[in-house]
Amino acid sequence: MFILTAMCSARRTALERGDLRDALALGAAITVVGMSFGALAAAAGVPPVLTVAMSVLVFAGGSQFLAVAVVAAGGAPIAAVAAGLLLNLRHLPFGLAIGDLAGRTLPARLLGAHILIDENVAFARARGSGPRARAAYRTCGALLFLGWNAGTVVGLLAGSAVPDPASFGVDAAFPAALLALLLPSLRAPDARRVGLGAAVVALAATPFLPPGLPVLVALLALVLAGRTEVER
Amino acid sequence: MTWAAVLALAAGTYLVRLAGILLRDKVTLPARLARLTDLGATALLVALVATAALTEAGGFAGWARPAGVLVGGVAAWLKVPFVLVVVLAAGTTAGLRALGVA
Repeated sequence: MFILTAMCSARRTALERGDLRDALALGAAITVVGMSFGALAAAAGVPPVLTVAMSVLVFAGGSQFLAVAVVAAGGAPIAAVAAGLLLNLRHLPFGLAIGDLAGRTLPARLLGAHILIDENVAFARARGSGPRARAAYRTCGALLFLGWNAGTVVGLLAGSAVPDPASFGVDAAFPAALLALLLPSLRAPDARRVGLGAAVVALAATPFLPPGLPVLVALLALVLAGRTEVER
Repeated sequence: MTWAAVLALAAGTYLVRLAGILLRDKVTLPARLARLTDLGATALLVALVATAALTEAGGFAGWARPAGVLVGGVAAWLKVPFVLVVVLAAGTTAGLRALGVA
């Protein structure tokens, strides 16, 4: 239902054809990852209805893989929830940053909040902060949601017949896509300083901290922002 | 996995997402803070790129993945269309793995 709403409103505003094509590329890539999630959850013995419910209701790939891995390794469900929530905490500062890109009215925001994922944030931010960015956020988010859930169902049904997504290099596609979306914003010197610092901090922290924390700790790089609003 | 766990993860994740979006409205951010939240998003995204490109389960991800991300990054820098950037990155990594590079 909300997919339809989002798609219709995307058609209502000026969504650029190129933006739709780019969003479709991300949607295709996330479908492949969704398939591997469905297959993995099936192999881990998660009931199919719970796997589908996760993809529809949680809609945060990293935390879903992590939660299933924790349970598959014999962890308690509460530990899986804690690990997943820790990984998803970064969505709060993302929400702060994107503000009304997620929608301008309360109902739009209630829907927009559910499609707040890394790729969508990067995709919309790369298109400024006006109507084009809002349309991009809705459309890309709806396509990612659709792809992720369709992929999950296919993966569940196909089970072990789903090939390892690593053999398609999908694990390289997402960081490369995020990087491509980020590059223009990194032309500003302050963004470049903060970005570089964030990468160093996150990489240094990764061996020592549980998933999710290294990326949050990278916010320490904001000390490199400087005080003046230079060259933005 | 239980229904309680799925619903708790879903509700928690949704509230985290909604909190940021609604908070932005509740407090009128001074220009300096607004700039910092924007730079914060950049910091998080770059950190995600770096860790996703180079690490796996707390260790090194192997050479095939960062090589693909590097090819994609250079392509993006050369203003190659986005769809092609994604395909080049995945193709490089897939090709290297097919050749036996981890």
